[in-house]
Amino acid sequence: MASVGTVHSGNTVNVKSDQSADTPPRFSLPAKASAVASGSTRFKISGLKVLYGPKEVLHGIDMEISSNVVTAVIGPSGCGKSTFLRSLNRMTETVRQARVEGDILLDGENIESMDVVRLRRRVGMVFQRPNPFPKSIFDNVAYGLRINGHKGRLSEAVENSLRRAALWDEVKDQLHKSAYALSGGQQQRLCIARALAVDPEVLLLDEPCSALDPVTTAKIEELLFQLKPSCTIVIVTHNMQQAARASDFTAFLLEGRLVEYQSTPKLFTTPSDPRTEAYITGRFG
Amino acid sequence: MTSMTKHMTRRSVTNVVMLTLTGACAFLTVAVMFYILGYLAWHGGRALSWNFFTKLPAAVNVAGGGMANAIVGSAKLLLLACCIGVPVGILAGIYLSEFAGQTLGSVVRFMVDLLNGVPSIVIGIFAYTVIVLPMHTFSTLAGGFALGIMMIPISVRSTEEYLRAVPSSLREASLALGAARWVTIVRIVIPAAFRGILTGVMLALARVAGETAPLLFTAFGNSYWSTGWTRATASLPVMIYTYAISPYDDWHRQAWAAGLVLLALVLVVNIVTRMALARKMPLSR
Repeated sequence: MASVGTVHSGNTVNVKSDQSADTPPRFSLPAKASAVASGSTRFKISGLKVLYGPKEVLHGIDMEISSNVVTAVIGPSGCGKSTFLRSLNRMTETVRQARVEGDILLDGENIESMDVVRLRRRVGMVFQRPNPFPKSIFDNVAYGLRINGHKGRLSEAVENSLRRAALWDEVKDQLHKSAYALSGGQQQRLCIARALAVDPEVLLLDEPCSALDPVTTAKIEELLFQLKPSCTIVIVTHNMQQAARASDFTAFLLEGRLVEYQSTPKLFTTPSDPRTEAYITGRFG
Repeated sequence: MTSMTKHMTRRSVTNVVMLTLTGACAFLTVAVMFYILGYLAWHGGRALSWNFFTKLPAAVNVAGGGMANAIVGSAKLLLLACCIGVPVGILAGIYLSEFAGQTLGSVVRFMVDLLNGVPSIVIGIFAYTVIVLPMHTFSTLAGGFALGIMMIPISVRSTEEYLRAVPSSLREASLALGAARWVTIVRIVIPAAFRGILTGVMLALARVAGETAPLLFTAFGNSYWSTGWTRATASLPVMIYTYAISPYDDWHRQAWAAGLVLLALVLVVNIVTRMALARKMPLSR
């Protein structure tokens, strides 16, 4: 069962790690989130601190992320959402002075001791702005497969990924055109297809819709829903409606601390922390 | 009202003055270029003939001599210079952009700038000391080596600049797909910067193609064909120098022709390379 806790004060998180799948959760789960009961813990994060030089951005996060659900991370700008997400596939290491403390376990294995290439194959990422490579649509999707020594037919794998990202019908006749010829929303779905091509177990999305129009945003949210059976999804979003619509669980981060982590309906209807309530009702942020 | 009119007047006067000034300077630059080109084409073009490309230099007052040996000599020198300057320059540029730390990077960068500022005649003396003296002979090798050294700093700095200009979002996208750092550099960063790097190399080539000073006591000069790499060779810049300071009108005309051919040689190499690569990589930005 999903490990969901409420935060009573500061950064201490009261996590209920109930492992038995059939135990009913303490709060009443709406129908949408009840599927979660079968999900096991994918990420177990304890005491996560991230420092950029002398500046501590995350002050000790404890959190468990269940598999095959969509977990949203919300919070005001600069609260450390993106940093939190990037620490899950060690993208924090691309920042020269960044230092990570605490443990992140992926299926029980500490990611710090894993080969980073292997980790990132299992934990894919989609960024805020669409960032296709200056290559053809086909080569963009095939890139991850090629560098990982894909065996078998590339074209099938590419088609499959594009279908999963709901882009196939729009691009099937122009696979060898430049990815830059696509619209912003198509580019973002291409980036999702590219990430899906290597068949990751987890997909991290860092505000994937912030540069997109509402119609495309809806398409991507629909996509997340379809991906759920095959993928664990963590999405950072600035948009609370998006978190409410698309996620099963929501974590609220404030100034580098996890304030509240709940099933999404509960967090948005009856938040247990006054700061969460203040944020979701639009009193700040 | 009056103050406003006054202000407007001053603003529009400033506008007119600055526009005139900047425009005039831009025009002056272009004019100088066209003047040189026109002068070269006018004087050089008249002295050009088939013989110029096929015959060896003739004795004074004997009509019909050419500079075939100098054209081939220059081509060989530049080829050798590219073989030395381009790989060293590009690899050092990659190091500076992708791997060097802050301190070491700025030290290397400073040294490269110093090398760029070393007068070309000093580079010639250096090549003379390390190649001509031990080998007891002037040679194409020594001349090419001197020109190659001169190409290095220009290639390093331009390569570094263009690699830095590749958006970090592309690097992140590749790393997040599980690409190792060197895979990312080789397959994403360098291809994205390729045109820029090539432009830098071409600039470096054009810069050294007309160098005379470092060739005076390395490649020296030769009135005949220079076979192999270990003999003194004629080159267009040195021929221009020798012919231009001679008292013979016929030689002056040949010097103009040599200038035109040198310019054309650089232009042709530039255009051919660009065309060949443009066909190969139609997708880069």
